Amino acid sequence: MSTDPFVLEVNGQSHEVADAHPGESLLRVLRERLRLPGSKNACEEGECGSCTVLLDGQTVCSCLVLASTAVGRQITTIEGLSGDGGLSHVQQAFVDAGAVQCGFCTPGLIVSIGSLLESDPDPSELAVREAISGNLCRCTGYGRVVEAVHLAATRGGGSK
Amino acid sequence: MTDLATSERIVAPRIGENAPRPDGVPKVVGAFAFSSDLHHDRMLWGGTLRSTHSSARIRSVDISTAVAVTGVHAVLVSDDVPGQKVFGLEYRDQPVLAGDVVRYEGEPVAIVAADHPEAVRMALEAIVVDYEVLVPVVDPMTVEEAEPVHPDGNLVRRIHLRHGNQDVVGDVQVEGTYEVAMQDQAFLGPESGMAVPADDGSIDLYVATQWLHSDRDQVADCMGLDPEKVRLTLAGVGGAFGAREDLSLHVHLCMLARHTGRPVKMVYSREESFHGHVHRHPAQMWYRHHADRDGTLVRVEAHLILDGGAYASSSSAVIANATCFAAGPYRVPSAEIDGAVVRTNNPPCGAMRGFGAVQVCFAHEAQMDRLAGALGMDPVALRLQNALVPGDELLTGQTIKGTAPVAEVIRTCADHPPGASMAVDPLELPGGAGRTADPEHVVRGEAFALGFKNLLFSEGFDDFSEASCRLAGGVATITSACAEVGQGFVTLAQQIAREVLGVDEVVLLPASTAGIGSAGSTSASRQTWMSGGAIQEACGQVRAQLLEHLAAEHGVDADDLVIADGRVVSMAGGFEVDLAKATTEPIEASVVFRHVPTLPLDENGQGNAHVSFAFSAHRAIVDVDVELGLVKVVELTTSQDVGRVLNPLQTVGQLEGGAAQGVGLAVMEEVLVQEGRIRNASFTDYLVPTALDMPHVEIAALIEQAEPGAPFGAKGIGEAPSISSTAAVAAAIRNATGLDLPRVPVRPTDIVFPGGTA
Repeated sequence: MSTDPFVLEVNGQSHEVADAHPGESLLRVLRERLRLPGSKNACEEGECGSCTVLLDGQTVCSCLVLASTAVGRQITTIEGLSGDGGLSHVQQAFVDAGAVQCGFCTPGLIVSIGSLLESDPDPSELAVREAISGNLCRCTGYGRVVEAVHLAATRGGGSK
Repeated sequence: MTDLATSERIVAPRIGENAPRPDGVPKVVGAFAFSSDLHHDRMLWGGTLRSTHSSARIRSVDISTAVAVTGVHAVLVSDDVPGQKVFGLEYRDQPVLAGDVVRYEGEPVAIVAADHPEAVRMALEAIVVDYEVLVPVVDPMTVEEAEPVHPDGNLVRRIHLRHGNQDVVGDVQVEGTYEVAMQDQAFLGPESGMAVPADDGSIDLYVATQWLHSDRDQVADCMGLDPEKVRLTLAGVGGAFGAREDLSLHVHLCMLARHTGRPVKMVYSREESFHGHVHRHPAQMWYRHHADRDGTLVRVEAHLILDGGAYASSSSAVIANATCFAAGPYRVPSAEIDGAVVRTNNPPCGAMRGFGAVQVCFAHEAQMDRLAGALGMDPVALRLQNALVPGDELLTGQTIKGTAPVAEVIRTCADHPPGASMAVDPLELPGGAGRTADPEHVVRGEAFALGFKNLLFSEGFDDFSEASCRLAGGVATITSACAEVGQGFVTLAQQIAREVLGVDEVVLLPASTAGIGSAGSTSASRQTWMSGGAIQEACGQVRAQLLEHLAAEHGVDADDLVIADGRVVSMAGGFEVDLAKATTEPIEASVVFRHVPTLPLDENGQGNAHVSFAFSAHRAIVDVDVELGLVKVVELTTSQDVGRVLNPLQTVGQLEGGAAQGVGLAVMEEVLVQEGRIRNASFTDYLVPTALDMPHVEIAALIEQAEPGAPFGAKGIGEAPSISSTAAVAAAIRNATGLDLPRVPVRPTDIVFPGGTA
């Protein structure tokens, strides 16, 4: 049992998805069918934020989105945030501030923080903490992550 | 975009500097391959059927319908295990697949390989297991009189520690009973991996683990293969914290791959992960402290019961830590500690960050506060008065030979000025985003706790790590099977090699059993010391060989030569050679590093069982809504004995992250188990601290006193932050509310209905 083929727009490119089960989440299709495993699979019920992607510019948990409902929408994953060899300000700040440990939460956090800085280029610490409170991190205790957000904001925020 | 190419060329950071993680950029762009990201064009998907009962006899397993499901390639049961049927970290007591009985809910009974995860799911649902359900043994306090859960009996280990004169009593005595609930490591990257069969009967296993060679040996035994026929390669690890010390899906993957002749990948769901790894042991603890009227500790008595669940895992080491460190980092001339870890039909428990020391720290620190109250003393002053110093004896009779800056840790943390202001935004109140707290019901509390733990493996274990260094063309290549689990060993390995060799470019090869001997486990705060030590020595030997060779060849003094900026230069002048040219012929060295030997504990729990110790202190400030029982941890301040800081950023990251796990255990994290069943096996119901739950962690001091025997004097730093943080937060809630709160996590009902809700 599979769906009719459908097309997803991911990171500015069109991908045809054939043979998907009707129940496949956007996360599963991204990871297993389109070979974009940067979005992560920690809880698969919308609690941890490690699968966060942008859907028409809004952050969503891709594990909670049916893949076939994302047709015609612009999907941006962690793989779409860095250009040719260059890191976004948020990505570079994560490296520089020591916000990466095991790294499993990192892609989801970076997508969430990029979205935050787009709307609020100079967020307070509390605003940062609220914005990432849907992204669980088990390694860092969030201290270096908050530091990375401030570093990224100083360097130019969400504008890459 | 930040242009990396234009960043200035700087000398690669060495020891004591903020070297960036070599895996940092791949991780921030989503290119780092975790164990759940593995892919093979011919791969099948694996899945596991788990027991729905915590205790049952298996009458039969019918797989006939399951094998007929479209897309299914294999359905395997206990009889299909090709070699040894059981595995285990310290004792081989846990079945690869349950045969006649299941001993905990979630125990694997059958495994499936199919061409799509949906086919796996349908096949698992089609397997019919006929269980004769038994009454589970779930109360660790009465388990020794209960029916044996396992042929090995219900007592895994008891240590009856007796130290000093057993007849002394103190003028002042305080008594208390304490409880620590079951905590989950809750790493984010679920158990996952891939096994790839080779034509010669050997198997490649790519898996997230903490100890490659221990896994390899257990897998080989269970597969009936020689160890060299199983090649284990570390796949990207999404956190560990102890939960990856034991095997999970390793043998299952290899069985399915061998049976189908295809690569097989398996990824646990979060619910399955809660059943698929060991947890932190729940503990029940009774204590009596004796002191003179001036506050000098005279004697400590304690009974400790840890619930090990159905299988032994690392329970033996956990109860040893709990018993040896039961009184905390204080001078205690007389002690009787009865520590036991028992077997039940509850979920198996084993390693988690700070194993054993976390549980007793919660109890001994509550006792120290209670004693301070009974004496009318300041709690910090009482701790300072009794703080261990080098040369003191531990409860085991062992004399501390290394560093023990306990007083410095206490003073720097306690004296650090608090920075927390009162909440302004409702988000900062207890209950946070729920916006339920009433500021008029909020009271603030503050308290202090101290903890310690052994580093490295104890009790006579032959603890070693192998590493090699190859210097060729001016580039150093390091080989080690040390498991990078997020802690940053890959960074330190490069820093150590650069520091010793004076080179800039260091390549660390992937961790695998194929290339080198065991590095031991990434646990017990041991890898910086053990694998760091092995790399330091291997690089030191290569450096010495190079310089001696150049000295002999060019008639200069080897002691005069230094390696810097890609050249070997004589400090006396007159000689200089390009490093790359000097090493066109590779120079190699391989080292097996061991720490000083330790001894087993004797029948009284006495002996030189440990190598070294690390100490930490936390001061917590909390706000509590006493009407709703909600807690907000407002500030955590910490000082830690670190030996020497090798990488400041990574050090801070360990202290902050470890404290977060301690905060979790203090106020929210508990695996709820009823009649042996986990009731909250999801991140919806098992609560992990978010960025709004965690306060700023203020680091008052990193106490640097070089530890003898450790590379660059650095102590392992990973575990200590998780030890005293829980105790400090719980004590601060006591301070705010005036309640006893003898159990963590402190639940809202413990605050609102301290006498119970009934």
